[in-house]
Amino acid sequence: MRRRPTFLQLAIIIGAWLPMAFLVRDLLIMHLGANPIQALEQRTGRTALTLLVLSLTCTPLHMLTGWQEPLKRSRSLGLYAFMYASLHISIFIFVDYGLNLGLILDELTRRNFIILGALAFLILLSMAVTSNNASKVWLRRNWKRLHRLVYLAAPLIVLHYALSRKGNLFRLQGDVLRPALYALGILLLLILRLAPIRIYFRNHPVHVTLPKRPQTD
Amino acid sequence: MSQPDDYIPLPASEVTPKSLYLTRREFLKAAGILTAGTLLAACAPQVLPTQPTPAGLVTSATVDELGDPLNTYDQITHYNNYYEFTTTKEDVAALSQDFKTSPWQVQVYGLVKNPRTFSVDELTGLFPPRERIYRLRCVEAWSMVIPWQGFPLADLLNMVEPQPAARYVRFETLLDTKQMPGASSPFYPWPYQEGLRLDEAKHNLTILATGLYGEPLPPQDGAPIRLVVPWKYGFKSIKSIIKIELVADQPATLWSSLAPNEYGFYANVNPKVDHPRWSQATERRIGELGRRSTLMFNGYGDQVAHLYEGMDLTVNF
Repeated sequence: MRRRPTFLQLAIIIGAWLPMAFLVRDLLIMHLGANPIQALEQRTGRTALTLLVLSLTCTPLHMLTGWQEPLKRSRSLGLYAFMYASLHISIFIFVDYGLNLGLILDELTRRNFIILGALAFLILLSMAVTSNNASKVWLRRNWKRLHRLVYLAAPLIVLHYALSRKGNLFRLQGDVLRPALYALGILLLLILRLAPIRIYFRNHPVHVTLPKRPQTD
Repeated sequence: MSQPDDYIPLPASEVTPKSLYLTRREFLKAAGILTAGTLLAACAPQVLPTQPTPAGLVTSATVDELGDPLNTYDQITHYNNYYEFTTTKEDVAALSQDFKTSPWQVQVYGLVKNPRTFSVDELTGLFPPRERIYRLRCVEAWSMVIPWQGFPLADLLNMVEPQPAARYVRFETLLDTKQMPGASSPFYPWPYQEGLRLDEAKHNLTILATGLYGEPLPPQDGAPIRLVVPWKYGFKSIKSIIKIELVADQPATLWSSLAPNEYGFYANVNPKVDHPRWSQATERRIGELGRRSTLMFNGYGDQVAHLYEGMDLTVNF
C-alpha cells in the first residue's frame, strides 16, 4: 500500500513542476518575449539553481529545527534541479547553437562561464546517475565523497550565472544583483555546515514549536 | 491539367476523419497537450499589451539594404535594454509607460561657438526627421533591424559650431530616480554617459532619432530623443538625451568605467574581437531561431572603416 504523500512531498512536487507548467504554457501561447530561446535558457537555468539551493537547505533545516523529513527530500530536490539543468544545457546545444559543434567547441574551450557551467553539469550528472539506493550501497564511502561535490557545483553555477551577465560580481557592479543574492544564500548554507557551527546547533537545537491555538470556548 | 478519364471525385463522407488517420495514441496525445495548454493558457497572467501597436505603421521598405526583414514594432518595443528602468528587457515597456518625455530640453554646450538649449520640437522643426533603416547589434550578441526617424547629428553640430579644440562629444541621459525605478541601483555609476570622437559624431550614419516606424519614440526605446550609431554596439546609442557636450578629451562612459576591460570607448561591432566572456562572432537576429554571422562594423564597413585606418582594433575595442 502506498503511503499518502506528506505535505513537504506535495509542496516539492508542485513547486518543482510549476515552473515547467508555466514554461510550457508560455511556449504554447508564444509568451516568451522577443528572444524566446534565451528566455527558455535563462528560466530553466534559474529554476535549476533555485532547486539546487533548496536541496542544500535540507540538512541545515534539519540541524536547526530537528525536523527529520527534509533529510529524505534533498534527493528529489536535487534530481529536479538536474532535470532543469539538463533542459537548460539541451536548449543551449540543440536549439541555441543548433548542434553546430564547431561553435559549441569554441565556446566550451574559450568561455569561462560556459566551462564553469559545463563542469557544474558534469557534477550534477554524476550525482544524478548515482542517486539511487543501489549506487549508495555499491559506492560505500565514495558515495558521500562524490556527493559532497555539490558544494563545488553550487558556487560554480553562481559564477556561471554571474559571468553571463553584464557586470562584475566581485566588485558588485552591473547586472549582478540576482547572482549576488544566490551567492549570499549558498555562502550562508555552507557556513552552517562548518563543523563548529554544526556541533553548536546539535547541542543547542532551535526547536520550533507552533503557538497553541487559543481555545475558542 | 486534364483529369484522367476514370477520375471520380471523392465524396466528403468517404474522407477519413483526422482523428482516425492520426493513430489513436497520437491523437490522444495531441488532444491531451491541447487541453493542458488551454487550461494553462486560461490561467495566464495578463498578456502584457502595454504598447498597442499603432494602426498605421509607416515604413518606406520592409527590408534593410542587405535584404533582411525589419523587426516588428512589437519586438522593437518589448525587448529593451534600459537599465534605468530595469535589467529585465521584457519589462522595460511596462515600467516606462508613464515616463514624462514632454517638455524636454536638450542642452548643447561645451567647446562650441553657439551653445544653446533646444526643445525636442525645436530640433525636429530645424532638422526634419527622415527614415533610416538600421541594424542594431547589441553587445549581448542579439540584433534587430529597425526603421528609425531621425536627423544627422552633424546638422546639429554644424549649427552650434564646435570650436577647434573640440575633439569628442559627450552625451548624458536623464537621471530621475522618481520615474526610473532601476536608476537607484547602487551597482552602476549613474548617470548614463556615452561619447563619440568628433569625426564619428559628424559621420552621416550617426543620427539623433525621435521616431520609430513613423511614430514618436516610445519611452522604452529612448524617448524623446536618442542617439543611433549603427556600426557600434547598442550601448553606444544612448537614450533619452538631455546633454550634448563638446569636449577636448575622451569622455568617461558608463560601461567602460564600470568594466574597462570588457567595454571599450569605441565599441565597434567586430566579429573578430570577442567580449572577454563571450564570442562576438555570431548573433541572434530577434525573430530568428538560429545564429547568424556578425558582420564587421555591423555591415557598414564601406562607409566607416576609413575612420579607423591605422588603428589596432583589438586594442581600441
